Amino acid sequence: MFAYIIRRIFAAVVLLLVVSAVTFAIFFLLPRIAGETADQLATQYVGKNPSPEAVAAVKQNLGLDQPLYTQYWNFLKGLVSGAEYKFGPDAATCHVPCFGYSFKNHLEVWPELTKRIPITLSLAIGAAVLWLVSGVTTGVVSALKPRSIFDRLAMGVALAGVSLPVFFTGALLLTVFSYEWPILDNLQYVDFTEDPLMWARNLILPWISLAFLYSALYARLTRAGMLETMSEDYIRTARAKGLVERKVVARHGLRAALTPIVTIFGMDLGLLLGGALITEQVFSLQGVGAFAVQAIADNDLPKILGVTLLAAFFIVVCNLVVDLLYALVDPRVRLS
Amino acid sequence: MTAPIATAGNEPEAPAPAAPAKTIEGRSLGRIAWTRFKRDKVAVVGGIVVILLILLAVLAKPIESLFGLDPDALNQDLLDANLGGIPLGDWGGMSGDHLLGVDPLQGRDLLSRVIEGSWVSLLVAFGATLLSNTIGTVLGVMAGYYGGWVDNLISRIMDVFLAFPLLLFAIAISTSLQGGAFGLHGLPLHIMVLIFVIGFFNWPYMGRIVRGQTLSLREREFVHAARSLGARGPFILFKELLPNLVGPILVYSTLLIPTNILFEAGLSFLGVGIQPPQASWGGMLNDAIKYYQVDPQYMVVPGLAIFLTVLAFNLLGDGLRDALDPKSN
Repeated sequence: MFAYIIRRIFAAVVLLLVVSAVTFAIFFLLPRIAGETADQLATQYVGKNPSPEAVAAVKQNLGLDQPLYTQYWNFLKGLVSGAEYKFGPDAATCHVPCFGYSFKNHLEVWPELTKRIPITLSLAIGAAVLWLVSGVTTGVVSALKPRSIFDRLAMGVALAGVSLPVFFTGALLLTVFSYEWPILDNLQYVDFTEDPLMWARNLILPWISLAFLYSALYARLTRAGMLETMSEDYIRTARAKGLVERKVVARHGLRAALTPIVTIFGMDLGLLLGGALITEQVFSLQGVGAFAVQAIADNDLPKILGVTLLAAFFIVVCNLVVDLLYALVDPRVRLS
Repeated sequence: MTAPIATAGNEPEAPAPAAPAKTIEGRSLGRIAWTRFKRDKVAVVGGIVVILLILLAVLAKPIESLFGLDPDALNQDLLDANLGGIPLGDWGGMSGDHLLGVDPLQGRDLLSRVIEGSWVSLLVAFGATLLSNTIGTVLGVMAGYYGGWVDNLISRIMDVFLAFPLLLFAIAISTSLQGGAFGLHGLPLHIMVLIFVIGFFNWPYMGRIVRGQTLSLREREFVHAARSLGARGPFILFKELLPNLVGPILVYSTLLIPTNILFEAGLSFLGVGIQPPQASWGGMLNDAIKYYQVDPQYMVVPGLAIFLTVLAFNLLGDGLRDALDPKSN
């Protein structure tokens, strides 16, 4: 078991390194495809009326004149030991872990990012709890009574749910509940530690619009998985040995049907933690996703890199946790 | 003894009329699937809507000129200048001339903008699906058939792709290429970039499905037979395995298209997909959400267009899956 955990963690770290290298390469190559030179790239960080010295300083500070691998190595070094930008009048220090330094507004990327994480975390976790409970329950009940009225109704709603874009449901909810019938108006993020009630009240609409999409998806997946599992031979065996139906469903059926759901849940949650871009945009939440959208709009490369790597980190970690949970539950996994 | 003779007359390939009352008819897998599909009324409706939508998208320009619709014509006279340019009249300015109303501030006809948006949306979705399915199928078949280090390499590449924050990447790439790249500018560039970004990062899903299917097909008798007759790898891959993979590929393509429509709309909603003045459903919603307090009808039009299109494709895809899946009944 211990060896397995070590192996998985090692694989995750390697995966992160590869992802960061590829990300780095893509953002290094993109401006060249669009036909920009290192000087042009550096100029945009200097502001209006750039002096040649300032441009040269930024170019040296960001290492824009160096080859790709040197830039990447310096970035990795910055992560573990910080970085010094010592050229020109705008000399700056970037503390560990240095995810980069934005020369546009003279801020370190990492502290800016960490400010946004609680908002995205609140959004993602709240929605995840909602959609797991509602989606899986609906799927199980539907599968136990296929073609019943409940099943048909639930699957109809679920089909609508997977066909509706979040930005449309979100906008509709916003119109109805905070304008036409203002019971949830003036939505503004309040930190959980400040006022848990206001925190929940102001996040309830984003939660619902995100969770509606995902619970529809999960209800469909759970139903399909349950239907398949419940027709397996070992379910018949469990029934034949006189087990109560409730136990057959919970211990034998659901347990097997839930494994693929857990995998997908890990991926979905990981993706969301790296920024629920569209939902944050609709509800004007200043989370990681909004940070990314802003960074991209400003064409601020260090910020874009930092937030992309953070998002990749969440995806890899969530998948790792799922893998380790499997190993705990299912002995076949760690033996293979 | 009249009935069997009549049947035999209708179907020349049926067994001789001497056979007892029931005629035996060989049915291919495709035939069985088609019979099953026809029985699924909801899926058939979805299929019909999909065909109509494709026709609408292909014929968008002729339809616009036939009915005198101009997606870019401004109608300032239909707007209330005192209220900051929201449409005059009820329901977002619906009238005989403008069946779905007009948009605020510019007074452009919404019906023609929805029609105009349909071809962009479907072109991007089909293009991206084609791209990711081609990459996914080729690499998936190779990984599944050859196994060993080939499988290991391709599977690890898929892991790397799946660890990328796709939406974020798509936004970053489409933004940095907005100015011009590959000698393209404007609308053709935006469409190209969208197809590339959505298609290129989505292939591992298809790749995994095809790999899994290939793994189970590889050990079947007909593949062994082909190999013992001296067939080489590429022949087995493309002539023996690929035809058997058409079913799952078709089903997942039909289910990937709606996902890609939503993806394109999402990017255009975030302002990095199709750029104005070209009409796109996501772009219209992005515009509409600014007016949600004064003209809430506006967002319903592109929202419903997206919803109905995606729903139709999902219904068709679900129906095809049920029809082609031998396990379902």
